[in-house]
Amino acid sequence: MTRKQKRLAVIAGGMSFILVAVLLVMFAFSQSVAYFFMPADLAKADVKPGTRIRLGGLVAEGSVKRSQGSTVSFTVTDGTGSVPVTYTGILPDLFREGQGVVTEGAFDAASHGFVADSVLAKHDENYMPKEVADRLKAQGVWNEGQGNQGQGSGTKGTATR
Amino acid sequence: MIIEIGHYALVLALATALILSVLPVIGARRGDAAMMALAPTGSLVLFALVAFSFGVLTWAYVVSDFSVANVWENSHSLMPLIYKYSGVWGNHEGSMLLWLLILVFFSALVATFGRNLPDTLRANVLAVQAWISTAFLFFILLTSNPFLRLDPAPAEGQDLNPVLQDLGLAVHPPLLYLGYVGFSVCFSFAVAALIEGRIDAAWARWVRPWTLAAWTFLTAGIAMGSYWAYYELGWGGWWFWDPVENASFMPWLAGTALLHSALVMEKREALKIWTVLLAIMTFSLSLLGTFLVRSGVLTSVHSFATDPTRGIFILCILGIFIGGAFALFAWRAPMLKAGGIFAPISREGALVLNNLILTVATATVLTGTLYPLILETLTGEKISVGAPFFNMTFGLLMLPLLVAVPFGPVLAWKRGDLLGALQRLYVFAGLALAAGLAFFYIQNGGPVLAIFGLVLGFWGMIGAFADLWYRANFAKVGLSVGLKRLAGLPRSVFGTAIAHFGLGVTVLGIFAATTFGTETVVEMKQGASVDIGGYSLTYDGLRDAVGPNYTEQRGHFAVSRGGVQVADVWSSKRLYTARRMPTTEAGILTFGLSQLYVSLGDAMESGGMVVRIWWKPFILCIWGGALVMMVGGFVSLSDRRLRVGAPSRKAKPVKARLEAAE
Repeated sequence: MTRKQKRLAVIAGGMSFILVAVLLVMFAFSQSVAYFFMPADLAKADVKPGTRIRLGGLVAEGSVKRSQGSTVSFTVTDGTGSVPVTYTGILPDLFREGQGVVTEGAFDAASHGFVADSVLAKHDENYMPKEVADRLKAQGVWNEGQGNQGQGSGTKGTATR
Repeated sequence: MIIEIGHYALVLALATALILSVLPVIGARRGDAAMMALAPTGSLVLFALVAFSFGVLTWAYVVSDFSVANVWENSHSLMPLIYKYSGVWGNHEGSMLLWLLILVFFSALVATFGRNLPDTLRANVLAVQAWISTAFLFFILLTSNPFLRLDPAPAEGQDLNPVLQDLGLAVHPPLLYLGYVGFSVCFSFAVAALIEGRIDAAWARWVRPWTLAAWTFLTAGIAMGSYWAYYELGWGGWWFWDPVENASFMPWLAGTALLHSALVMEKREALKIWTVLLAIMTFSLSLLGTFLVRSGVLTSVHSFATDPTRGIFILCILGIFIGGAFALFAWRAPMLKAGGIFAPISREGALVLNNLILTVATATVLTGTLYPLILETLTGEKISVGAPFFNMTFGLLMLPLLVAVPFGPVLAWKRGDLLGALQRLYVFAGLALAAGLAFFYIQNGGPVLAIFGLVLGFWGMIGAFADLWYRANFAKVGLSVGLKRLAGLPRSVFGTAIAHFGLGVTVLGIFAATTFGTETVVEMKQGASVDIGGYSLTYDGLRDAVGPNYTEQRGHFAVSRGGVQVADVWSSKRLYTARRMPTTEAGILTFGLSQLYVSLGDAMESGGMVVRIWWKPFILCIWGGALVMMVGGFVSLSDRRLRVGAPSRKAKPVKARLEAAE
């Protein structure tokens, strides 16, 4: 091979690596990206059972029920709609009734309930999960100052332990 | 009063930084020695002023002066003293002040140790550092002033966020910032070189120690942050591909690439333009990370406050510096002359491959991190890009690099011999294969694909020493002569071997912990026991305990193996009284390199407790490997040829020749 051909081969090698990376990124986006929904959206959107989504909203007051083992069921609501959710595992420390939550999982084909495999609550008491806060504010169900008032009921939530 | 003096010192620092931003550049342009001499002195004054200001804020925290709003919001008189210190950077304002302190600290280091730099280069570098300082001083004084007072002063503070009250967090931000901000020096050198329109091997020799130091600290900072998330958040994971983690990981990836390309430039004068571009990109990613974390566009433990003006301010800083630097690059880079040529199969070729893979991997992480933000801004649609995306893209793309790492050091500069390298390495590959299979067998199997990962880890570990082995040539010259040869090698060769070995250890840890780890979530009543990882845990009930600023319920577990009790673990649920905030303190028990991780869940009405237990074999390799990489960095840094301030013999003649050529 001449020097020119060698150089071309190197450039072609580099370009094909980049091409592979781009294809991989596009493939991964089509496979593993979870869209965010709130209960009200689900009425409009057609989410097939088994599709991974993120479901966010407020944990409805009085909806948290613990069955045997570590399975917990609760309802996620946004004032308009509500979705029953089951989750097996340990809930985050700041998971409370009446507070914001984001769950990730898929709808179950048989029970039509939402089965979550991860539940995210807030890192501290000062904020709601951002996606949830944006939407609830837009709908007027919740506003920024309310986080602090929520603390009273939050303490009650932790007291049930 | 002292608080106001601290505030005033910061204003004086701004004035100093402004002068420092302008005069040395003009001096360098006109060849005015007096104006250029201003740069080192001014940088030291700037450092003294910011350090004083930082000291004042620290003092306010230590004496719990709640008349300062920042102290009131983030401290509590009962908090242990160490967290009063770390509380200084456990909030937005204080952490920005720490960022600035480290920035001017690096300027002061360049001013002190850069005596052998050409005058114009030093003046320009320090001026560029001062531009960055000016921007962040404006940011702190206008939007994030830590010295604001409260009147009347509250009697008690609101306490530091409990998850931040931890030793790991006390050291994580300073280490991380030493890395992040350390890359500013490389950036300044790159911009200064572009301003002067001249760059040579000596430039790379000056830049490399700074890159190496920043990279070493960033490695430590990321590992520390990862370990902190592992034990403090109680989720048992060590890396979540959270945007905030990515924000620190991207500069690390780019910095690793820079480290290797600067090597090519220093030794062979090739890849000049690319190295300058990489230096700019690395610090740009640091700035982007600062923006992502500090602006509040992402919500996480790191986003202390969401004030939109701050986000826009940092975005402006980001735009000016990144945009400005790239514009300068586009304008001046064509003036830089390309250097030596080399064959595709050579040490340079291997380092180019390293750069190609690392930058493409950085780009995928960047895409995954920014795509949701961009999509939301453009369409309002909200998506989350999580671990599956990054494992699929970043994970796969990095595999060829891990295979290639041991080849690099055994290839010759300029023109290498792949067949020869293969002949030299096949014994090492065989050893790695045997070690991987043995490891797999001892762990009683698992998915077959795991063998590949384990072998890859061992390949990195064992292959790292191939270069040393052949340089010593034990096989031919015997042990004593071989050792003498090793002693005569430059330290950077050992640094390379140690750092590559550390990478192998981390890779091994990642694959071992993910393949052989087990986890179980059970409801346990007092006296119940669970078997995991060859150990048996017996739950012994909850006990109440009181800490300095929290109350807790501690679950006690007796750990036994083969019927004999070997250890105790306590895992607790804490309630921090000031913020009424609960946290989970995981119980972690270390056996060699493996860990047993116990996290408490909710209490059941039946009187039991939900408990989540993980067996994490060889998990400590993940951070241990990072620690080894760090040691490699320091060993390399102690190399005589790189020692900052050591006279560089080759530097002057090389430059003279280049000037003559121009």
